[in-house]
Amino acid sequence: MCRGPGLVHVSLHSPGSAAAPRAHGVEEVSRDNLSVGSSASTCLNVSPPCVCVCACVLRTYGRAPKMIHLEANFVQFKEELLPKDGTKALLTFPFLHIYWTDCCDAEAYRGSVKEDVSRWQSSLRAHGSADWLIIVVDGGDARKKNKGNILPRSSIVDKIRGDFCNKQNDRCVVLSEPLKDSSRSQESWNSLLLKLRTLLLMSFTKNLGRFEDDMRTLREKRTQPGWSFCQYFMVQEELAFVFEMLQQFEDALVQYDELDALFTQYVLNFGAGDAAKWLGSFCSPVLNWSGLLLRRPIDMEKRDSIQRGSASLLDLRSYLFSRQCTLLIFLQRPWEVTQRALELLHNCVQELRLLEVSVLRGALDCWVFLSCLEVLHRIESCCDRAQLAANASHTVGLWAYAADKLKALGHLCGLVSCKGPTSEDLNRTVDLLAGLGDERPETVNSLQSPYKKLKEALSSVEAFERHYLELCQAAMEMYRAVGRLRSARLLGKSLAEFYMSKGEPERAEALLAEALRSYVCEGWTFPVTHTRKQMGECQKLLRRSADSLRTSALLAGDGNLSAEERTSFCRDVLDYAGQPADEGGDPSATLDMGVLAQLTRIRFGPDGACVHSGAALRVELTLRCLMPVAVRVDELAVGVHLDAERVTKGGARGAALPGTVDFEAAVTAPGRPSSLSAGPPPEMDEAHDRSPSDDSLSSAGVVCRNAHLLVRRHDSGSPPDASGPPARNGASGAPPAALKEGAPVLRASGITLEPGDNSVVLAAASNEAGTYTLRQLCVTLANVNFVLPHIYPSVQYHVYSQEPQLSVRPLSEPLLAGLPQRVKFTLLTGHYAVRKGDALQLSNSDSMPVLAHVGCTARIANNGGAVAESALSVQSSDKVTSIGLPPTPPYHTLEFHLEVLCLIPPGPERLADERLTNGEAPRRPRSYSHPDTAMAAIDQRMSIDCPWSIYSTLLSLTFHIPFKTEHSLLSAGNRKYIQVCVHNVSDCDFTLAHVKLAEKGPQRRASLEMPCLNACARQLLCSKQSVYFLWEATCKEALPSSLECVFSASFCPRGRCEDAAFEPFHYHFLMDNVPTLYSVRADMVPPAGERHCRSGSLCGLEVVIERAARPADGEPAAAAADDKTDAEGLGSGKVMYEVADSSSNWAVCGRSSGLVSMPSSSGSWAHKVHIEVMPLFAGHLPFPKIKVLKYLPHNASSVQADADSQVENDSLSLLDKTLDDAAADTASVRSRGSVQSLGEQQHRGVALPRLDPFGPGQVFNHSHARQVLVLPAADEHIVEVHAT
Amino acid sequence: MAVCIAVIAKENYPLYIRSVSPQNELKFHYTVHTSLDVVEEKISAVGKSLGDQREFYLGLLYPTEDYKVYGYVTNSKVKFVIVVDSANTSLRDNEIRSMFRKLHNSFTDVMCNPFHTPGSPIQSKAFDEIVSGMMSQSA
Repeated sequence: MCRGPGLVHVSLHSPGSAAAPRAHGVEEVSRDNLSVGSSASTCLNVSPPCVCVCACVLRTYGRAPKMIHLEANFVQFKEELLPKDGTKALLTFPFLHIYWTDCCDAEAYRGSVKEDVSRWQSSLRAHGSADWLIIVVDGGDARKKNKGNILPRSSIVDKIRGDFCNKQNDRCVVLSEPLKDSSRSQESWNSLLLKLRTLLLMSFTKNLGRFEDDMRTLREKRTQPGWSFCQYFMVQEELAFVFEMLQQFEDALVQYDELDALFTQYVLNFGAGDAAKWLGSFCSPVLNWSGLLLRRPIDMEKRDSIQRGSASLLDLRSYLFSRQCTLLIFLQRPWEVTQRALELLHNCVQELRLLEVSVLRGALDCWVFLSCLEVLHRIESCCDRAQLAANASHTVGLWAYAADKLKALGHLCGLVSCKGPTSEDLNRTVDLLAGLGDERPETVNSLQSPYKKLKEALSSVEAFERHYLELCQAAMEMYRAVGRLRSARLLGKSLAEFYMSKGEPERAEALLAEALRSYVCEGWTFPVTHTRKQMGECQKLLRRSADSLRTSALLAGDGNLSAEERTSFCRDVLDYAGQPADEGGDPSATLDMGVLAQLTRIRFGPDGACVHSGAALRVELTLRCLMPVAVRVDELAVGVHLDAERVTKGGARGAALPGTVDFEAAVTAPGRPSSLSAGPPPEMDEAHDRSPSDDSLSSAGVVCRNAHLLVRRHDSGSPPDASGPPARNGASGAPPAALKEGAPVLRASGITLEPGDNSVVLAAASNEAGTYTLRQLCVTLANVNFVLPHIYPSVQYHVYSQEPQLSVRPLSEPLLAGLPQRVKFTLLTGHYAVRKGDALQLSNSDSMPVLAHVGCTARIANNGGAVAESALSVQSSDKVTSIGLPPTPPYHTLEFHLEVLCLIPPGPERLADERLTNGEAPRRPRSYSHPDTAMAAIDQRMSIDCPWSIYSTLLSLTFHIPFKTEHSLLSAGNRKYIQVCVHNVSDCDFTLAHVKLAEKGPQRRASLEMPCLNACARQLLCSKQSVYFLWEATCKEALPSSLECVFSASFCPRGRCEDAAFEPFHYHFLMDNVPTLYSVRADMVPPAGERHCRSGSLCGLEVVIERAARPADGEPAAAAADDKTDAEGLGSGKVMYEVADSSSNWAVCGRSSGLVSMPSSSGSWAHKVHIEVMPLFAGHLPFPKIKVLKYLPHNASSVQADADSQVENDSLSLLDKTLDDAAADTASVRSRGSVQSLGEQQHRGVALPRLDPFGPGQVFNHSHARQVLVLPAADEHIVEVHAT
Repeated sequence: MAVCIAVIAKENYPLYIRSVSPQNELKFHYTVHTSLDVVEEKISAVGKSLGDQREFYLGLLYPTEDYKVYGYVTNSKVKFVIVVDSANTSLRDNEIRSMFRKLHNSFTDVMCNPFHTPGSPIQSKAFDEIVSGMMSQSA
């Protein structure tokens, strides 16, 4: 191709073919393409598209170093190819000039080559290019020819270097034996390529930097007049091309983005009033709306128009986007394309509006539609199906946008209406199609190009529908697939609108229903209203009268609509209701109550919602009517469920029911959708689980009683106006059940419901007892029923049937025995009506007579208050007291007071058994001590025969005895005194009078006298105080051993001192062992020679046990008859004494106890005992205690001779035990004795004696509580000081 | 500035929605309702990637030809949606953010009111004023 010494310049490859980057090794490629002629003519043959690919590191200013592939073309040098000043084309720029020569001959060099090279150099210099290289090819054959003459050849290189590369020795390279396969050849090739690469890169970097600088300078001039965006565009795009060629797509994209931003800014500035002059060309009317073209890498057509400055805004945008799209796809970011596409389309529409570019109506829609589809096609072409499905969220926007635009076009061109396009529409269509221009050559052959689609869609109604549906379905499916259900529904709704305008309501219905359901479910009232209106139209067209009725009713109550609209919808409902049944088709439509009114409150007439059977009960319903006008309803009925069992279980007094139930909480709060509002509030209850055996709590917890309502799924709970046809919605849309057949119903008819709150009063059924639950509410409006299928929370009222109940209660607490007390009789008549002549029969008992009163009145009352008073007749016979009752209606209370008197039982003795007149089991007033009042209480039972029952009613009253009486026997030697203590335990004060003590019993002794030692006749006995009375018992003969007495007094409450008010009070008691048998006298004898006892020294205790005078004659006889042993004990028995000191003042030394035998002879007798004791402390010490006990041998006849010693040991051991016991009282001794006696019973063979204490009055101790002075020990040198 | 401002409860029902022009109100209701799709998408995406440390501001939810819809979600999953006219190009992301922050503060004040029942529509005058302020700045 080229001959002789060639000159080659390197230029960049055009980016148009850079799409397929070469991946070959550098050397390999260069060797293939750079072949040196093998002929001797030394011509260099460069194959035509000669490409040198260099991998080099590009270091540009301000950017990170990058590895780039540089492709170079080798082109034969021509003068005209050198760049002129001002041309900025970077792509065809000669970066490196190479001069090839194989001259090895000095003469030839001097003759032609030198001249040639200098001419070349000067022309380069003239164009300011400093990037050149001279390659000297050293053919192997030439060397062979001039063997040995190496020097001249090398001198040619040196000469060239000397002539041209004065300072740049690297600008001249030797290529040795290029066709040989020797190491030398290899080496020279390598160095040549390295040099080529380095120089090319140097030049490239330099030129690129210069280019960028120039570009920036140009950009800075943008404020100057005459600056053209299009020119600048071309410059910056050149840079982008270069980057693209270098496969630096990111950088290339940046260039386009910068251009994009710059242009956008200018448009915005234009909007702000700062119009650039050059922008005027973009404001020209849009004549072509052929959409984006993304199939070509570079749309040269558009590029040219931009270059010419004749591009429209859409052209520029389209071109920019197509370039960005190409680069993004190179960058494997197809999803960014879709996102940017959507932005671009929106933006273009805005910009055209902003720039006030005149556009044919619909043209933009065409452009957007085509562009959307073009982008989608482009994406589809570079992604597989799975990828597309996974990234549907990115593409769905474009689908929806396209569908939207197509719909707009359809409307514009009259393709949507059922009538078809008019001629005007057709003209418009033709205009629009004209703007599309011809189809692009790329897509002419494809069946489904956006262009074809649009053309077809606009050609006919049917085609339009097909395409529109296809788009909508695709978009909706994608929306669903990515979970954007709301968007899908909105699109569905728009599709429904399309169907509606096409007159195909049946297809629209499901779509509308779905959208409506979602809006209702999420509580968006505006969309609900709007959609529901559409739904209503749809249903009307479909002649779905029942659904249409419901929708109309809902719309009539919709606050978002104007009053006129609501009224007209309300009229629809009323018209429907007013139709004769046969015309309406559906004889009676049933709607949910919620569409007509809301039940806000139920209130019961008597507040407790609990009445007795037959009583009047009002139920007041508050209904908030939602209709805009007053509606007259024929009937309002409440279905009631009667549960008879509940009452028998819970009784009328079971769970207290609220008299008023508010449904406000359950009624939808404004704004909050019903499906989301928590619905019924949780009803929580405490739950206790008690073990059945002992009623102890085994577990406690909280129970939610309406959990089944709270935890159900929200989705399945269809909103009240599930608008879909019942057939399609299945169970959820089924009409609410009407009132249950046969159940009791509360009705009210002819009611006018005004808008707002209405109060409807119903009379509740209350004939049968039981729990009534209000279940359903039904409002009938001609042949339309509005039903509330469940009233929740449940509303109940109780009707109870009560047995008559009689109770007796004290009028004042406590009831005191012995005084007349008033008690209150309360009779709850229940279902029983007291007739004239009915009487209560009280069985009289002797212990509690009923005090007949004249003028007793009974008070009859019902729940509200007193009704009447009437006299009560009380008639007493000896067996029964009959109380005649006044006639009383059922469920009233009859109250009257009676006075009763409970006689105080006279003492510990029991009353004789009594029998009641009616043959009741014998009963006895039970007396016990009340824990709170410390008063002895008597339960007094009453048996009352009532007219309504064959059984007697048993009632008990508790009386309290106001006194506690105690007696005691006091002795002074042989004289005896009886003391009676009366303790007033009640809370009131009493006056005691007529205090007397008398002997009781059959053998009254005339000789016995009991002179009274008390002072006054009347004694005041205050509350919680005691009074003591004392008598001496004297007898001319010996005192009887036992004495039965009765203390009698009369008492009355303080302040009422008339004699009649006094009530008797008796106290019986029995005293045994009255006479004194022994007297004990003790004396302390100081040691000999001392006047006083001293502590620590032994003293003598002289004890004299003396028998008192024999009892009277009659007494021993009785005693003998009574107990022989005792008589012997008295007469000839033995007495045991013991001296013990429990307070450790004394130490008893030696013998402390012993037996004394009593002579059986009568008359006085004394025994003296001496016991050694030692005082342990000084001071006035009480005498040690001397105890005298009865000694009873186990069998009088087997008294042994040595019984003394034996008993002594035994008693000693006993004494030790008693000493151990701090309180060695007689009781414990007695118990021991009894134990012993028990032992004796069991071991009769072993002779064990018994010790018995004497009665309190039988032994009189003269020295009781005597003290003796004890001096401290004489030689006491330790002074004990007790400081307390 | 804004043409429609909405506060949406956790359960996706509107607590407050107000738009500039009453005649377009219905359209805004639909727009805001549909935007919940994207809000939910973004919330779930954020929950996966960042865990607890998340941003309230959701950014541009989706652009339409005429409007731009921005979203914001509080910790209690209450959503704020601001619709801005596309033609209003002077609004930057930062300004939208500050609007949301203002809205959030005011919303917090409403919630602090002991007489306000959480979950019921917002009827606070102060909140209304804040919203009015944001909408009137468009002039």
